[in-house]
Amino acid sequence: MTRFLAITRTEMLILRRNRWLLMATLIMVLFALALTFAGSAPTGTLGVDMLTVSVASMTTLSVYLAPLLALMIAFDAIAGDVDRGSLSLLLSYPAGRGEILLGKFTAHLAALAFAMTIGFGTAGAVAAWFGGAGQESLMALARLILTSILLGAVFLALGYLLSALARGATAAAGLSAGLWLVFVVLYDLGLLGAVVMDEGGTFTQSVFPWVMVANPADAFRLWNIAATEGVAMASGMTGAAQALPVWAAPASLLIWPVLGFALARAAFRRVEP
Amino acid sequence: MTDKALSITQVSKDRGKTRVLDDITLSLAPGQRVALLGHNGAGKSTLIKSILGLTSIHVGTIRIGDATPGSAQARRDTAYLPEAVSFHPALTGREQLTLFAQLSGSRADVPSLLDRVGLGNALDRRIGTYSKGMRQRLGLAQVLLGRPKVALLDEPTSGLDPISRQDLYAIIDELAGQGTAVLIASHALTEVEARTDRIAIMREGRMVADDTLNNLSALAGLPIRLKVRASANPEALAAELGGNRINGASVELLCSPDDKMEALRRIAGLGDAVADVEMTPPKLEDLYRHYAQEEMQ
Repeated sequence: MTRFLAITRTEMLILRRNRWLLMATLIMVLFALALTFAGSAPTGTLGVDMLTVSVASMTTLSVYLAPLLALMIAFDAIAGDVDRGSLSLLLSYPAGRGEILLGKFTAHLAALAFAMTIGFGTAGAVAAWFGGAGQESLMALARLILTSILLGAVFLALGYLLSALARGATAAAGLSAGLWLVFVVLYDLGLLGAVVMDEGGTFTQSVFPWVMVANPADAFRLWNIAATEGVAMASGMTGAAQALPVWAAPASLLIWPVLGFALARAAFRRVEP
Repeated sequence: MTDKALSITQVSKDRGKTRVLDDITLSLAPGQRVALLGHNGAGKSTLIKSILGLTSIHVGTIRIGDATPGSAQARRDTAYLPEAVSFHPALTGREQLTLFAQLSGSRADVPSLLDRVGLGNALDRRIGTYSKGMRQRLGLAQVLLGRPKVALLDEPTSGLDPISRQDLYAIIDELAGQGTAVLIASHALTEVEARTDRIAIMREGRMVADDTLNNLSALAGLPIRLKVRASANPEALAAELGGNRINGASVELLCSPDDKMEALRRIAGLGDAVADVEMTPPKLEDLYRHYAQEEMQ
């Protein structure tokens, strides 16, 4: 079992060496800080502390950024090795394909977790320092960091799936961009369109919340919003959250990484280097 | 138990409608060095990938010792050098080789292994800065990890300068010396000639030859070239021996291996008229051309 750790160690070295870790952390810190300061205006009107507003803004940020950062590392994981011709050599060693994938996943997830924790943590600390923080808003921050890492895990796994299916790293990068667009932007637009057409009928009442929570990006949003009243108020998005049982969003966000990894594993098994 | 390090028995594989491997049989004893020759697309790399279990075969069996390709035991027992291998440019040679050592579970001394292939000075430099030959040497270093039963080298000399090639063949001899069966897929015919125990030639997915160089020459019946230098009168010599006049003072004769001694006796019988005799057996290149381009029967 130590073989996957050897892969993990090497992947960590690569992420540090090619500055991915530095860049990702920097992006997270800068965006989180910018949103915290830009979004601090409505504190007075809503009667919540600054950290709560900051978490609400950062939730919206993370929906876009976490999948993007995850896909940026994951697309190269298999297709890149195929392109370099090193996958056939790697596969001639005793490590199984599951171990190789698990090793990469562990390293990539650790890097994402580092970037998220530092980025949101810094912004949270700044918000708390300037605008105060309560126990509830600190919990919301911890939840944001944890769910962002889970959301990253989903898109790492989906990125590996595309990397195994694509012919070459360039194709994998293109597919990843498409995947991001569908899950993060088009899916919501489609749902919005459906709700408008339906004009508050059965679809909006009973089907819509479930279709929404099936998308990991929306499940992430719902989980963070439903859990904290202040955040829900600050983001103005309570309706859909109330229509679902409490476990729906967490279940979706926890099932997706497992499902994605299983799919990636199955696709990787069929790759002939 | 089998005493063969690698045995391939009647293996066939189809890719779409084309038969890429057609009834291949080949076996290597421990310590044997076998050259696998053939044009591009003859099926050499496909055969190597089948031995590694990276691609499936439809008919026949392959065994590494007693293990099936792709099994944990087989992967422990095989070493592989892919054609034109490349590694992640951000890693150093030491880091890359350490990863392979950990994956193979061997406690190899990584720095001394890199020193062995002439990368001692580039140990902690990034692979991105390596030349093609240096990457090839790094690939070779990982073949030496552990004590594989079978080493599969796909075009190991590509990108190497002549001195590195000498080193490469020294390493292959070392591998064979420790009992590893070495299969070398190659285009560098002249080097393979002297450095291998047996030669296997593939054409269009079929094994068309598999024997020692001498036996292959005899089977092919390619002529031996005799160059006789006259001491005084090349005209008379040519008339006597019935060969072609070449470059002024010499006569060239072609004879089959069976007639070789007879021809030499005749030349010796000419006494003082002959100043020198040079004998050239058919080269691997001639043999290769004979076997690899032979019309389909």
